[in-house]
Amino acid sequence: MGIAEFARDGRVVMGDRPGAAVVAAVSGFLLLDLVAKLAGTTVFFLGTRLLGGSLTVGSLLSMVVDGLLVGLAVGLAGIGLSMTYSILDFANFAHGDTVTVGAFLGWVAAYITAGLGTGAPIAELFMLNSGRQLSTVSTFAPVLLGLVVAGVGSIGIVLLIDRLTYRPMRDTDNISLLIASIGVALALRYLIAFVFGTQTSGVASGGLRVTVFSMISVTDNEITLLVVSLLLMLGVHLLLQRTKLGKAMRAMADNEDLARVTGIPTERVIRLTWILGGGLAGVGGYLLVLESGTISFNFGWILLLLIFAAVIVGGIGSIYGAMAGGILIGLVDSLALIWLPSGLTRASAFLVLIVVLLLRPSGIFGGVSTA
Amino acid sequence: MSTVDTVRDRLDALPDVGLVVGFIASIWAVMLVLAIAVGGANWANLAAGFIGSVTVLIGGYAILALALNLQWGYTGLFNIGIAGFMAVGAYTTAVLTAPTDPAAGAVPGLGLPLWVGLIGGMVMAAIVGGLAALPALRLKADYLAIVTVAFSEIIRLVVNWSGLAEFSLFGVPVGTGGATGISFKSANDVAATLINGVGQPLVTAAEGVGVSGPNLANLTYGILLLLVVAGSYWVLARITNSPFGRVLKAIREDETVTQSLGKDTRQFKIKTFMIGCALMGLAGVLFRGQAGYISPQQFRPTITFYVFAALIIGGSGSNTGSIVGAATFSGLLFYLPARLGENVSLGGTRAPGNIVDAVAGFASLDPLPLLAYTISNVSTLRFVLIGVVLIYIIQNQPDGLLGHRNEPATSVSLDRPQSGSGGEADE
Repeated sequence: MGIAEFARDGRVVMGDRPGAAVVAAVSGFLLLDLVAKLAGTTVFFLGTRLLGGSLTVGSLLSMVVDGLLVGLAVGLAGIGLSMTYSILDFANFAHGDTVTVGAFLGWVAAYITAGLGTGAPIAELFMLNSGRQLSTVSTFAPVLLGLVVAGVGSIGIVLLIDRLTYRPMRDTDNISLLIASIGVALALRYLIAFVFGTQTSGVASGGLRVTVFSMISVTDNEITLLVVSLLLMLGVHLLLQRTKLGKAMRAMADNEDLARVTGIPTERVIRLTWILGGGLAGVGGYLLVLESGTISFNFGWILLLLIFAAVIVGGIGSIYGAMAGGILIGLVDSLALIWLPSGLTRASAFLVLIVVLLLRPSGIFGGVSTA
Repeated sequence: MSTVDTVRDRLDALPDVGLVVGFIASIWAVMLVLAIAVGGANWANLAAGFIGSVTVLIGGYAILALALNLQWGYTGLFNIGIAGFMAVGAYTTAVLTAPTDPAAGAVPGLGLPLWVGLIGGMVMAAIVGGLAALPALRLKADYLAIVTVAFSEIIRLVVNWSGLAEFSLFGVPVGTGGATGISFKSANDVAATLINGVGQPLVTAAEGVGVSGPNLANLTYGILLLLVVAGSYWVLARITNSPFGRVLKAIREDETVTQSLGKDTRQFKIKTFMIGCALMGLAGVLFRGQAGYISPQQFRPTITFYVFAALIIGGSGSNTGSIVGAATFSGLLFYLPARLGENVSLGGTRAPGNIVDAVAGFASLDPLPLLAYTISNVSTLRFVLIGVVLIYIIQNQPDGLLGHRNEPATSVSLDRPQSGSGGEADE
């Protein structure tokens, strides 16, 4: 493409889509600023600092790693949200609390198995407050068991919720379903608070610290998060592309009536959607707690808006979009610290959500549904 | 006929004012009975305390539910950023009215009178609402929901940010107080001045039966808040019964048809959104900032969902329903269970500290520990109840208590007259 053509394209973008042009200008500026910061130079203009500052490559990389880890877990949880959005056609506000439920079930299982035989009273173990910190290296078997319990347990819970709440209202409009999910979210969150209390418990901390490329330092728990979430994403990909079930799901996301006419058992596909989405949400929550070390009754609820951001940025209904969107939002949430004070980084992730919804409601990867 | 229908028929037979007054009076009666049952000799003071608190809650949620009803019930705008618009109103009022020479450690403001602050807060909430609505109204309902909730979180995070805790606005030091919050002219003082001035004989009489001054002031404040509710109701009834309101209902029913009739629906939606947000801003001050102090913690998205619960219980689309719903939600679901939990005790059984000990008692066929634990945690469980009620209503009674009175967009009934079975009657 010649320069003239490129310039003309640019003018078309400026004229037709001023919003996109503004976004491009802002990201260009931030990128320039990042380069200046890394180079350690500062550009002054009319006496005020325009660009630059100082930032070491090492701290940039550790921010990237942090963002990537959170983003992977958010992406994992986002898959379920995206699937319910495309197949059941509503924004599930209870998804964040599914994440919490899975995490609590998994951690209670891990904590009790790790604590058996140490003489700690069962009540303390169940309430996650014996003060013990688990890690993948020191307590591999309990952590693995917890991972499985988190997945299986949250599947059981979402299937029960679907049976009680959403199934009687399959044919209602999406706003009614959304409101029902708000009710589910409230009930679920405060049931957890009823059982486990409202305090924040520290349950995990890295048992082993590995330095990669002599610059990035990661713990064994973080590596577990990385490996497990990448494996699960690969599994979802294979499931959707290689199995008949995946094809049926994609067909249903595309057109439910047509899918039913072709003989796809829609109710069974819906059940499998919940199984897949709920299981991944629970595992995502469990892994996030493994990485951050703390758990509380409303962490999934607080995370929900971030998951929504991931799903929308990636394009609602697209599972690959949810994975990529999760990583992108995780990176935004963490890298915003370069330009913004620490109190506002979360706001920047929400700002990205709003900008994407306004400028490109189909998500930055285009409106491809579940494929 | 189900019980709900019977209740609904009875409710319908009453005039609206009677309905609302009767409803609130019966909630007061419930509180009075509770106070007499648990208060002993101190019952009068306890009753005044209960009734005062419940009235403030009803008033606050009623204003919010009315505002949401204008946006959602009449125009179909699914706004779940209520907490954010409340924060805008409350913080604007706070900055305008906070004293210029605050106590040590507090944040200075502009020191203006409260009424200026209230108007400023409403105007600011309306402006921010308009700005939010401008681009967002192109979106589908569920996308609008996500944008508004994200917007409200951004507002909360910004006022929570330490960088704005204290800054200089054109040379005048102001601030939001960051995470510690901000103190400003208290709306409570209005009630206090009122009862200490003209209401002095009343205070003496109340103290005679043992009602404390602060409780009486709180009750007075609640009643003042109900007057604000009545004012808002009147304004909203005027709006929704006007030609403007008819267009709103038409937008809710079918936006394309309304557009093809030559109405600029965007204009109507933005104006409605702004009016609703102004009311939410007012509620932000009068309800959350009642005592003259606000902090970002008070504006978490959760409160938005409580307002939704209130409106859905009452029935979206009906102004009277909004108030009745707010009264039901805040009186019976939000306030009553918590007070019951505090005041009911189970003989000698102490509540166990955690659920494991509670269930352990159950294993030896002793249900008392679990029961005691449940009662001591009823303030947590009431939210489970609210969630379950919300699901039940949306599944079985999507119209709520009064939503079936959802006014049609036309001024005359378009229902076909019932004809006899088989063929046209006039042939």
